[in-house]
Amino acid sequence: MTGETVTSAIFGRLTWESFPIHEPILLVTFAVVVLLGLGIVGAVTKYRLWGWLWREWLTSVDHKKIGIMYIVLGIIMLLRGFADALMMRAQQAMAFGASQGYLPAHHYDQVFTAHGTIMIFFVAIPLVVGLINFVMPLQIGARDVAFPFLNNLSFWLTVAGALLVMVSLFVGEFSRGGWLNYVPVTNLQNSPDTGPDYYLWALQIAGVGTTLSAINMVTTIIKMRAPGMTMMKMPVFCWTALCSNVLAIAIFPVLTGAFALLMLDRYVGTNFFTNDLGGNPMMYWNLVWIWGHPEVYVLVLPVFGIYSEITSTFTGKRLFGYSSMVYATVVITILSYLVWLHHFFTMGSGASVNSFFGIATMVISIPTGAKIFNWLFTMYRGRIRYELPMMWVIAFMLTFVVGGMTGVLLAVPPADFVLHNSLFLVAHFHNVIIGGVVFGLFAGLDYWFPKAFGFKLDRFWGRIHFWGWVIGYWVAWTPIYVVGLMGTTRRVRHFDDPSLQIWFVLAAIGALIILVGIAAFVIQIAVSIMRRDQLRDTTGDPWHGRTLEWSTASPPPAYNFAFTPQVHALDAWYDMKDRGAQRPVTGFAPIHMPRNTGAGVILSAMAMVLGFAMIWYIWWLAAVSAVALLVYGVAHTFNYNRDYYIPADEVAEEEDARSRLLAAGA
Amino acid sequence: MRRDEPVSNVRRILALMPLLLLAACNRAVLDPAGDVAVQQRDIIYISTALMLLIIVPVMALIVVFAWHYRAKNQEATYDPDFDHSTSLELVIWSAPLLIIICLGALTWWSTHLLDPFRPLNRIAAGKPIDPAVKPLTVQVVSLDWKWLFIYPEQGVATVNELALPVDRPVRFDLTSTNMMNTFYAPSLAGMIYTMPGMRSTLHAVLNRPGDYEGMSANYSGEGFSDMRFKLKGLDQAGFDAWVARVKSGPRLDTPGFLALAEPSEKVPAMYYSSVEANLFDRIYNRCVKPGTPCMSAVMRHDGEGGGHGAPPPGQKPEGALFKDGAEKGTGPNVTAPRAPDGRAPGSPKTDKISFNLLAAARSPA
Amino acid sequence: MAETQPPAPAFYVLDPHEHHHEPGSGTLLGFWIYLMSDALIFATLFATYGVLSTSYAGGPSPREIFELPLVALNTAILLVSSITYGFAMIAMQEGRLGGTRLWLAVTGLLGMAFVGVELYEFGNLIAEGATPQRSAFLSAFFTLVSTHGLHVSFGILWIGVMLVQLGQRGLHAENQRRLLCLSMFWHFLDVVWIGVFTFVYLLGVLR
Repeated sequence: MTGETVTSAIFGRLTWESFPIHEPILLVTFAVVVLLGLGIVGAVTKYRLWGWLWREWLTSVDHKKIGIMYIVLGIIMLLRGFADALMMRAQQAMAFGASQGYLPAHHYDQVFTAHGTIMIFFVAIPLVVGLINFVMPLQIGARDVAFPFLNNLSFWLTVAGALLVMVSLFVGEFSRGGWLNYVPVTNLQNSPDTGPDYYLWALQIAGVGTTLSAINMVTTIIKMRAPGMTMMKMPVFCWTALCSNVLAIAIFPVLTGAFALLMLDRYVGTNFFTNDLGGNPMMYWNLVWIWGHPEVYVLVLPVFGIYSEITSTFTGKRLFGYSSMVYATVVITILSYLVWLHHFFTMGSGASVNSFFGIATMVISIPTGAKIFNWLFTMYRGRIRYELPMMWVIAFMLTFVVGGMTGVLLAVPPADFVLHNSLFLVAHFHNVIIGGVVFGLFAGLDYWFPKAFGFKLDRFWGRIHFWGWVIGYWVAWTPIYVVGLMGTTRRVRHFDDPSLQIWFVLAAIGALIILVGIAAFVIQIAVSIMRRDQLRDTTGDPWHGRTLEWSTASPPPAYNFAFTPQVHALDAWYDMKDRGAQRPVTGFAPIHMPRNTGAGVILSAMAMVLGFAMIWYIWWLAAVSAVALLVYGVAHTFNYNRDYYIPADEVAEEEDARSRLLAAGA
Repeated sequence: MRRDEPVSNVRRILALMPLLLLAACNRAVLDPAGDVAVQQRDIIYISTALMLLIIVPVMALIVVFAWHYRAKNQEATYDPDFDHSTSLELVIWSAPLLIIICLGALTWWSTHLLDPFRPLNRIAAGKPIDPAVKPLTVQVVSLDWKWLFIYPEQGVATVNELALPVDRPVRFDLTSTNMMNTFYAPSLAGMIYTMPGMRSTLHAVLNRPGDYEGMSANYSGEGFSDMRFKLKGLDQAGFDAWVARVKSGPRLDTPGFLALAEPSEKVPAMYYSSVEANLFDRIYNRCVKPGTPCMSAVMRHDGEGGGHGAPPPGQKPEGALFKDGAEKGTGPNVTAPRAPDGRAPGSPKTDKISFNLLAAARSPA
Repeated sequence: MAETQPPAPAFYVLDPHEHHHEPGSGTLLGFWIYLMSDALIFATLFATYGVLSTSYAGGPSPREIFELPLVALNTAILLVSSITYGFAMIAMQEGRLGGTRLWLAVTGLLGMAFVGVELYEFGNLIAEGATPQRSAFLSAFFTLVSTHGLHVSFGILWIGVMLVQLGQRGLHAENQRRLLCLSMFWHFLDVVWIGVFTFVYLLGVLR
């Protein structure tokens, strides 16, 4: 064997040229990431935190810690995704006429693909799943989720996917096929490079995590509610979490299937989505959009739940029209599965098919509109306290209705014929995702942060965060709506018409204002940690909440509830306060809890190595990691020792501490 | 804290709205030159107006309630148990329902009327079609990354330049060689996908002479951004003169087409005096290359029960699993990055660099 | 409800045994939901097959390559294996460890026979030149059938693991729960196979 074949047998198609050392932007990014990484590793080593990190966090099966880790992942990836957004805005603001901007197509196409992929799969999903993970078991009065180990595994699989996307920055290249990795751009013939493979493996691994997590949450909600909590006494957030996760279970398998078929096309040479030999690229579009449209609702439904909880809390009122809210959520869940074709009206499906899907899409706006009215009439005759979470709700309502309107407009096929693939469409979904999902997630973070850490977030920086996002959103996206109406289309790297430039400059300024908001968010967290003693909440119920999570200490003990609450009314905790329920302070019993395990981290690391090896055609490593995955997975089932009891005196100690805090605060 | 924050928020939104409409007034989508696009624009206006019927009151109510029921305003009624009202619920479900019923009816009607496959029944408002006038047929092929327009009636073809006689209905037949693109001339009509191995149709008419822009609206790889064409609206005499000019070009034959189909970017307008017979049919049947079986023939064979016989057409890259690890695989399209001027790439190493970084810094943007 | 409310209702469950979540029922529900998601993957593959089932691209058609008698034999093997799994479950309910293991082993062997016949069929097809790369129809056919085959292989591995775990711990509550899950899995594969047999093989030959 020659030296070359030996190297290729060992390293596959990975060579020195795979590292973009000639790429200034990536080199600087890489240096910064390495420095940051080294700093963190150094700090953890210096303060001897590795053991603590491993025992208390990485291997934890506690739903609260997993929820927090999901949120940390989401925030880190938000920074990455937003950096991509800034690069695109800069390119589009510069590249007019003679100027080509600073990004060649090869790079620009990766940037917009990575931006979309990261923002949906590794920002929005982790943040939504993280909040559900943290809040939902507390709200239903449970001590953990139905499958605590699976929860840990789901999280780490998501991390493995995110890491693969990050690795693609510095080793090889990412996909240039758009955020859904469209064929024919990404079939083997047109993209033989690593890009689509990175995309496919990252999302398959993360997708397994998301599906498992959804199964876990649905089982938890169905099986583990506190006694007395019938379905119609369940907090709205839990309802929306239930619908969102049911929907996720219904759609992620389709995405997994579609990606698997594309993988077969690329690795085995089959003909599912090829142009020749009977393949059908349109199949891919149908399959990914059967996932893609409901996915919007997977994200936005729980966020609607967040808005409901916050509106009810800060208006000091019961939610208006609880049951119509629930029915609206269920109706949206079902309808969202029947509208995917509106993403390609212009493929020529015929007028009747198009009108069916158009009208089905519009019908979704009825329950959504009902929800807006419900929040509106919750505010009616309320006493609205404008704390940070409530400010987000008002900004959401005013922003989201505009996005809803443009969405219904796009559902009218003749209008879509001129607006499809235009920047109007891009502005619409950013309007809905930023104005709906992102605002809601920040509202949720501001709202539940004191529950998770025992102190509130700083108000001043929180308001800068708020105004940065709200003003930045409108400044950035209104011009994009405008150029969309001028017939400007999406994913364009360079424009000929110089009169458009002013709009893109405006949009770039808007993006910078959002950057201010994001920076303020990071500062807000840092400042809040430093001022945690002033911001401390000892009651566990800083906002006068209405649902069960506020009945626990902040942060809640590992077991959540020393005694499982007995639910009698919809707003269970409000009801308990209202009727003077006394927290039991004696008679504690040992509490049965799941044991931490490193299996999730290890399995996910193996999955990541498998993905990397497959991407780079390192066949031996792929085989080794696949076998290791199987063997370790089987070996894990031989461990029957998966739980333990928290002794009664430990529980008593913890609860006494809370009694003292409450007494001191009173 | 300041109580008027939500209000100033609204003020900003309301201030931006007319700006949005004003600014966009004289542009392609909202001031088109073709009757189909005009009708599509009207649908946008009507639907928006219908929705504003409910959106405006809702936004106003949000602001009013948010302001009136602020905690500081102790005069406002506080009714913590107000959580249900059958009549209100009836309103909040039926009001959007009514709007959607109207909009749904509009959708059904307009979607059928403006179906791109449906031949036109008028040239413009109040101008019904003359049954004696046959629509002009234009065959559109999206190549990587340029547009080929074939005029069977005139026997000519062009690249990246489309001329249409005004007030004559046009029937576009569209296909693609490799990628999916959308054919989009905002002044003329809505967009439609071009797909390899498939044929789509678009009926449209241009009413106003002038120079317009057209493009691919669906991302199709490296050279997508510059995949634009000029749309010329000409009167009949001008159109005839234009055809005569096009006749000065060379002939488009099979080898010429295969060379043209190779990926290239920023291609200037090109004229072909004549076109080989059935070229368009062979393109969408994927059998331009001599020796490849046509899809229609293969499908006929399959439809009759199929069976062995025909050798596998074309050559496709092998699946990755059958490759040597070091084999990177090459593709004509995306792997070999081209310089932005569309010329052949230099060293692949330097071409991947964000070389424009320095150039952009030097040249005035 | 307010009028029937006692003056001081209990707001906490003070007796820890009063409200105890049966851990097994959660697992069975969760596993059932997982099977539904798996069913959707199969649905995706069936739909893809439906779309591509006549795209022979000039290559072989189902009538030329399917050997119905062999497939019918394979169907019978899989159906019988479901029955033998049922015997294993009956033995488990009666607390007979030996019977459970015996029937499980029989089920596993039948599963192996099924996979073996399938591999034999695939080998023949590939030798004839009917490879997954030949046409979209063959791609969809091989993918659908081998995804099912992979599931069966995984089920066989699981049976093997259960045999060992039953040997180590007997009819432990945890093991019983796993056997129930495996039972759902195995029967689910049977149902999917009936779909494959009718939709792919029978319809393919009849068409």
